This record gives sequence, structure tokens and C-alpha cells, in this order.
Amino acid sequence: MSKTINLKLRVWRQASPEQAGKFEDYDAKGISTDASFLEMLDVVNDELERHDIDPIAFDHDCREGICGSCGAVVNGCAHGPESATTLCQLHMRKFKDGDVVIIEPWRANGFPIIKDLVVDRGAFDRIIQAGGYVSIRTGQAPDAHAIPIPKPAADKAMDAAQCIGCGACVAACPNASASLFTAAKINQLALLPQGHPERNRRVVAMVEQMDKEGFGSCSKHYECEAACPKEIKVENITAMNREYRRALIARD
Amino acid sequence: MAIATDYWKIAESAGLDSKIPSGPIGQKWTKHKFDMKLVNPANKRKFKVIVVGTGLAGASAAATMSELGYKVKAFCFQDSPRRAHSIAAQGGINAAKNYQNDGDSVYRLFYDTVKGGDYRSREANVHRLAEVSVNIIDQCVAQGVPFAREYGGYLANRSFGGAQVSRTFYARGQTGQQLLLGAYSALMKEVASGGVEMFPRREMLDLIVVDGRACGIVVRNLVTGQLETHTADAVCLATGGYGNVFYLSTNAKGSNVTAAWRAHKRGAYFANPCYTQIHPTCIPVHGDFQSKLTLMSESLRNDGRVWVPKKPGDTRPAHEIPEADRNYYLETKYPSFGNLVPRDVASRNAKDVCDAGNGVGATGLAVYLDFTDAIKRDGMSVIEAKYGNLFQMYERITDDNPYKTPMMIYPAVHYTMGGLWVDYNLMSNLPGLHVLGEANFSDHGANRLGASALMQGLADGYFVIPYTIGDYLAKAGPSGVTPDHPEAKKVEAEVKQRIDTFIHMTGKRAVNDFHRELGLLMWDECGMARNEEGLKKALKRIPELREEFWQDVNVTGSPGTLNQCLERAGRVADFLEFAELMCTDALHRSESCGGHFREESQTDEGEAKRKDDEFCYAAAWQYNGVGETPTLHKEALEFENVKLTQRSYK
Ligand SMILES: Cc1cc2nc3c(=O)[nH]c(=O)nc-3n(C[C@H](O)[C@H](O)[C@H](O)COP(=O)(O)OP(=O)(O)OC[C@H]3O[C@@H](n4cnc5c(N)ncnc54)[C@H](O)[C@@H]3O)c2cc1C
Ligand code: FES
Repeated sequence: MSKTINLKLRVWRQASPEQAGKFEDYDAKGISTDASFLEMLDVVNDELERHDIDPIAFDHDCREGICGSCGAVVNGCAHGPESATTLCQLHMRKFKDGDVVIIEPWRANGFPIIKDLVVDRGAFDRIIQAGGYVSIRTGQAPDAHAIPIPKPAADKAMDAAQCIGCGACVAACPNASASLFTAAKINQLALLPQGHPERNRRVVAMVEQMDKEGFGSCSKHYECEAACPKEIKVENITAMNREYRRALIARD
Repeated sequence: MAIATDYWKIAESAGLDSKIPSGPIGQKWTKHKFDMKLVNPANKRKFKVIVVGTGLAGASAAATMSELGYKVKAFCFQDSPRRAHSIAAQGGINAAKNYQNDGDSVYRLFYDTVKGGDYRSREANVHRLAEVSVNIIDQCVAQGVPFAREYGGYLANRSFGGAQVSRTFYARGQTGQQLLLGAYSALMKEVASGGVEMFPRREMLDLIVVDGRACGIVVRNLVTGQLETHTADAVCLATGGYGNVFYLSTNAKGSNVTAAWRAHKRGAYFANPCYTQIHPTCIPVHGDFQSKLTLMSESLRNDGRVWVPKKPGDTRPAHEIPEADRNYYLETKYPSFGNLVPRDVASRNAKDVCDAGNGVGATGLAVYLDFTDAIKRDGMSVIEAKYGNLFQMYERITDDNPYKTPMMIYPAVHYTMGGLWVDYNLMSNLPGLHVLGEANFSDHGANRLGASALMQGLADGYFVIPYTIGDYLAKAGPSGVTPDHPEAKKVEAEVKQRIDTFIHMTGKRAVNDFHRELGLLMWDECGMARNEEGLKKALKRIPELREEFWQDVNVTGSPGTLNQCLERAGRVADFLEFAELMCTDALHRSESCGGHFREESQTDEGEAKRKDDEFCYAAAWQYNGVGETPTLHKEALEFENVKLTQRSYK
């Protein structure tokens, strides 16, 4: 049943990349437990705007858990306390009246803060640019049924392909590693015949780019899997490491 | 009959050339591809093309044009092109592959789409769409899009949105995501190759037109607040639909009409703005804090049964209502299609039963979608395998378990068939301005069939614009306009002026307060059912609300940083102008067709009744100033292949 609750928010406010940030406290009053976390922030923001205070900046778009725009560390957890759930799909019924809610941006070298909860995730695009694709031009494709793909391989590729690129894996990792993100794409394409011609080049280039972007390395804490709203498995990282070794041997 | 009134003017001569190639329907596109001029490969490098929007339509267009050798600049407002609204599409994409051997063909897909659009689309465009649909699937599979497969290793299909054949390809409940990631990967490949320069976190705020030719845009860098002027030899808008004029819709929060509206204000005609699609299976509204509505995939209607209690105001929980007291209204009224009637029909019937007081849930604005019989018939595990994800999503949002209690659903705004007017080449009436995907008006008439928007976006981007842009550039040559052209400077100064005005707004109300009020007004008067009185009421209220907005809105912060309040204010200001055109169009079209239901025009059985002798045209509107009466240009629609009939799903 829906009811309303009051919360104390401690929110990271940072005006720009150059300026220092700090926590500010806000009251979130009369919040329906049926509201989503972002709707709670909307209520707070509308009130701030009415009082001529700059609203809390946060990225969001689909609000359906699929675009990967949203994300913040809530009480120490990337995307908040509910597993397999993006921040936009987290609902206020998971909170109790009077709770203190601490809200921070993703913190990682690879993700510079732009403002408040908004970070620059451009590094993810650059990792994909390094090789996260099949080099086929429009018009070159054979009939879709020319290559049958065993269902188990197609299903596993789909499991990996579900990554929404939100960055929670990086935020949750003690080393701020982007391994899970990078591995999911590499593994999706390694599982499919379409990805094979370029697999060696791809894995080397993407791993190098990931390192260049200032992300840490994976030391198998597996916090990433726990934080991932799409439940991408750490097996992908093992597979990526295998691909990488394979590629280096092939190169030698 | 549409004669000039206080609300609109009528152009003396339509002056719209749709450029439909001659010849039999099945050969028009082939013939046209041969007739179009080509740009010599060495010259392609010299042409610059701007693509605004990198959803399915824009990303596929930008990547493909770059592959051909054009210099492309691509823009989106999200932090990455991978996040465009296309990502949210769940159900699937149609293609006339006939892999199921169940009687599908290019001609059948063409026919179904024209009929589904209630005979308000252009035959030639729709046929081309059906033709290239098969290439889309090939292209996506080659990119590594993991479509669902059968045990034999071949692609799986399902029947979708009431189609009588299984022609829908899908990737679990995330088809849009997988297709977009495919197009995004092609785009990233071209960024890496240097053919595309990508500008994320940019919002297009105006179009530059020099001597009648569109040749540039002004964007705001959303991080630094800087205005940037970009010029080119052609501009493509692929900026999506305007469903958020209703505030609540299934669209992403950032979806807007701004790019299209600014182009309209610079001379591009806006066609059929009143054609909106209301999707029947969405999670009902449950509070004023609500920021968006969530779609529950249409596929649920394959197994779920829609019903309401027979007695108005029956508050018993669903499981206590015996069969005899339930009204499975779709099954009773439409015995041959049952729960699978097209979206517009399903939505309107849900509204009717709720208006009659039979709705369920806290607000009475909901109907049941019940899986009890399906679970009994097929077993829990089968239903879970099919819909597990969706049920989980429903439970996360509503806190109700659909395995145990029936889902509650209600229609919500979902898609906009209207958009900028384009000819067969996807070029608007403004030379140089091309419009792709949901942003144009072209292929879906007055109602879109399920799984056809993804098809259209990718058809436009991968297989149509790459050809037609060449013909335009070969004929028009370089624009020669650079950012220091006086007209470019002037447009940039106007944008700056507007932003300054916003920043100085120090009223008492939040931007969202106005957006919500506008949305509610549009939903009530220009939503699932429209009538003359209501539309006139809205046309009186919208200018007042706009006035109030410019008096009393508060825009915080400064223009020189990330400022989401300013972004929202700009979008809402445009919706406040656009809404008026939408209502005007709805008022002028006093027939019902597809998603546009005019209460004055219904059959004896309460179904939408077209008036083909008066309204068999696309209405393309010319802008004459804020609050000024717009001018109507009619593009007559000619049907040489499909016979116009009253749609019936009985
Ligand atoms: C929940 C949901 C489910 C759906 N399911 C299906 C389905 O199963 N099958 C189907 O066929 N269709 C479906 N649709 C419809 C379909 O997803 C859309 O119609 C289609 O994806 C639109 O693609 P697009 O490329 O035209 O625009 P979009 O994907 O909306 O992309 C718009 C682009 O324009 C950019 N943009 C917009 N305005 C500006 C501006 N002012 N400045 C700069 N950039 C701008 C955005 O950043 C974005 O990149 C669904 C829609 C919704 C809402
Ligand atoms: S807003 Fe799209 S995933 Fe949360």
C-alpha cells in the first residue's frame, strides 16, 4: 500500500569540474512510497526551483532501467540497495520514514565529475571505438540465415550484450576498473561467428584503451557483478582474459 | 470540410511535391535508385552532412553516410549515442522475410501497414519500407545483434500487434536496445575511422537557412553552456517523436519537439501533428509525482485476457469476482481478433469501459490483464519463460505480483505518427533539410503497427537516406556557408537572446509545473478522444498558459554551465507553442482515422469513421508566427494498389 515518508538527503553538490564539491542537506518531505528514486529527486528539485536554488543535477532519460543514463551511489551502494536495479527503477518503498539518504556521484578516475551527480562517461565510448564492433559496411551483409548460430551461443551472447553502459561496475570496484563493461562487449562478439575475424585485434585494442583511460585493473573483488543492474557475470572477465592471452600468442 | 476559419488558413495551391517515382509500386524504388544522380567517390569527401539525433534513424544514417565517404557531424543530447530513446523499444522489429513460410511477403507487409495506418500514409513510401525491411535484418545480424534463435540455429519470429503472420524479430524484451547498440557500434567504428565527428551532450536549438537552403545548426554544449554553430551541405534531423507534449508518456524524459519545432519555425512544414498513438498496455498513473509511464510489452496480450467487472464500482478484489460478473469486452466485441485488436481499438475500448465506471484500481482508470487462464493452460514455467522479465518489472514498479493478481493496465501516449513533412526522398519542403525516423511523418499514416517504428528508423537510416542524400548533393552542390556567414551569426545571436531571456525569468513556478498542466490539458482534450468543443477549449487555454509561463516560470542557475533547469525550460516553451498546432490539426480533421478519434465521426458501432472524400490527404502546416493562424497545405493521398475500406476487426 502506498503511504508517504519523510527523508533527510545528504547530496554531493559540485558546481563544475574545477570547483570543490561538498555535501548539502535537504529535506524530502511527503514522498510517496510508490515514487521512484528519481521521482523523489524531482519533487525535491521542483521545490528548490520554486525557491530559486539550483536543482540537483543528475543524468537520466528512459527511467525504465535500459538507457544506462542514471546512476548514483546511494548509502554506499551503486544504484542503491536493491539488487539488479537501476536507480530509476529503485522505488521509495525500499526506504523508511526518517531515513538519512546519502547520495554521491560515481567516483572513478575514468569518470570525471561534471556537476553534482553527473559524470563524464566518454571513456566508455572510446573503449567501444577501439574495437567494440564488427567491421561491416551497410549493404555487405549476406542473408541473415546464411550462418546458423547455435541457440546456446546466441543466448550467451545476449546475456553479455545486455550491458547498459551505466558505469555502476566501475563505481562499485575498489580499483575503479572497467573490466566488466569491456569484457561484456568483447565476449558478446567472441561468442558469435560474426565477431571472429577481428577477435584478436579487438581484445587487444579494447583492453589497451581501457588502461589508457585511467581505469584500474581487476583484482577479482567481484563487486562489479553485485552492482550490475543487468546481472552481467564476472565470467565475462575470465573469458576476456582468455581472449587476451590467445590474441597475444597469435600475435607473437 | 476543411475550409479556412479563424483557426487556420488554406494555401491557394498546395505546392507540395511528394516526388513519388512513376511506374508500378513494386518497381518505383528500383527505378528511382537508377534515376538518381550519384556523387563521384572522390567528391563525397568534400561534402559535409550534419545528423542531429543518433537513435536508430540517426546513428544508422550517420554511420552509413560516413562509410560512403561523406564527412559527417553527428549530435545528440545524451552523454552517449548509445542512450537514445530507441533503446527502450521492447517488442521487436518487423521484416517481410517469410522465414516462417506462413504467407508473408513484401506486398503483405506493405498492405498491412497501409491498412493499419487507416489509409492515411503514402503508398510508395510504405512499399519501399517493406522492400528494405529484409535488408535490415541481414545488416543487424552481420553486426552481431543477438536476435532470438531457435534450436536449429535459425532466427525466431513472433506474431506481434495483431498481425496474422509471424514476421517480428526480437532480442528478448530488449529489441530496441540490441538494434541501437548495433547501430551505435557502426557509428563508433566510423568515429574511429575519422568519418564521423560525434558531438554528445549538445542540444540543437535552431536551424540555419541561407537563401532557402538548410545548411547548418546552432547547438548548445550542455556541459559548458557555449553556443556552437555548425554548417554543412545538408542537414538530417532524426530527433524522435514529440509524445512528451502530454508530459506523461512512455517516452524518455528528454524526448522533445525542439529540433523539429525550430525547423518548423524556419519554414519546414509540420505534417499531421494530431496523429498520436496511445498504447493500450501501460502501467496506470498512480500519483501526481509521476514522471513517466511505463509500457508493458504488447506481447502480453497474446496470453493475457483483458477484462473489467460487469458492475460499475465493483470494488471486490479480482479473484473474488466470479466469471459471470466479468466483462471480457475485447473478446466479446471483436470475436475474431479478441485481445489482439490493434492498439488504437484496444485503447479506446479501455477508455470507454473506464468512462462508464467499470474501471478498476485506486483511480478507476485501469483494466485487468489476467494470466490466470494462460498459467492454467501452459503452466507457470512457460509463462515465466515468456514474460518473466516483464512480470518482474511490473512488480518492481507496482509492488504487485502478476502471477497471483491480474496486472492492471491503462493506455498511455506512446508514439507520434505526425512529424515534419518529407517527400519520397525524405527531404522536407526546405531544400537540404532531411528528416528521418519518428521525427518525420511519412510511413505510418494515422496509426502505427507494432514493431514498425524500429523498421522505419533503420530503413530511413541504412537504406534510404544514403541514396537520396547523394542525389540532393549531386544536384545542389556545396552550400558554401561557413559559421561566419551573417545569417549563421544572426541565428546564433537569436538563440543567445532567448537563453538570456530564460535566465532572467524569476517567477514562482517550476518548469515542471507548467509542463504537467499542459500535459493534462492535452490528455483531456487532445488525447484518446477529441471533439470540437474540447479542442476549442484547449486552443483558448494554451495561449493563456504560455503567457503565464513567460510571466511566472523560474529558471535557476547560469547559462555558462550544465543547467538542466534551462534545458527543460527551453523544451517546455516549445511544447507550449507546438501544442496549439496539434490541437488546430485535430480540430480541422473532423473525421476519425487511426489514432485520431473525433467523437463526432463514428460508426453506429462506435468505431472510428473516416471521411475519405474530404480528408484523404496529409495535412502539412506552415508556420506564420507564435499564436498566428497557420496555413494548411494538403498533400492528396492516392491509393492505386490498396482498396480503402472501413477497418474491421470483428
Ligand atoms: C517504451 C517504448 C517501446 C517501444 N517499442 C517498440 C517496438 O517494440 N517496436 C517498434 O518498432 N517500435 C517501438 N517503439 C517506438 C520506437 O522505439 C521509436 O519510435 C524509435 O526508436 C524512434 O527512433 P528515432 O531514431 O527516430 O528517435 P530516437 O531514438 O528518439 O532518437 C532521437 C535522437 O535525437 C536526439 N535529439 C532529440 N532532440 C534533440 C535536440 N534538440 N538536439 C540534439 N539532439 C536531439 C536524441 O539525443 C536522440 O539521439 C517503442 C517506443 C517506446 C517509447
Ligand atoms: S534513466 Fe535510463 S536506466 Fe535509469
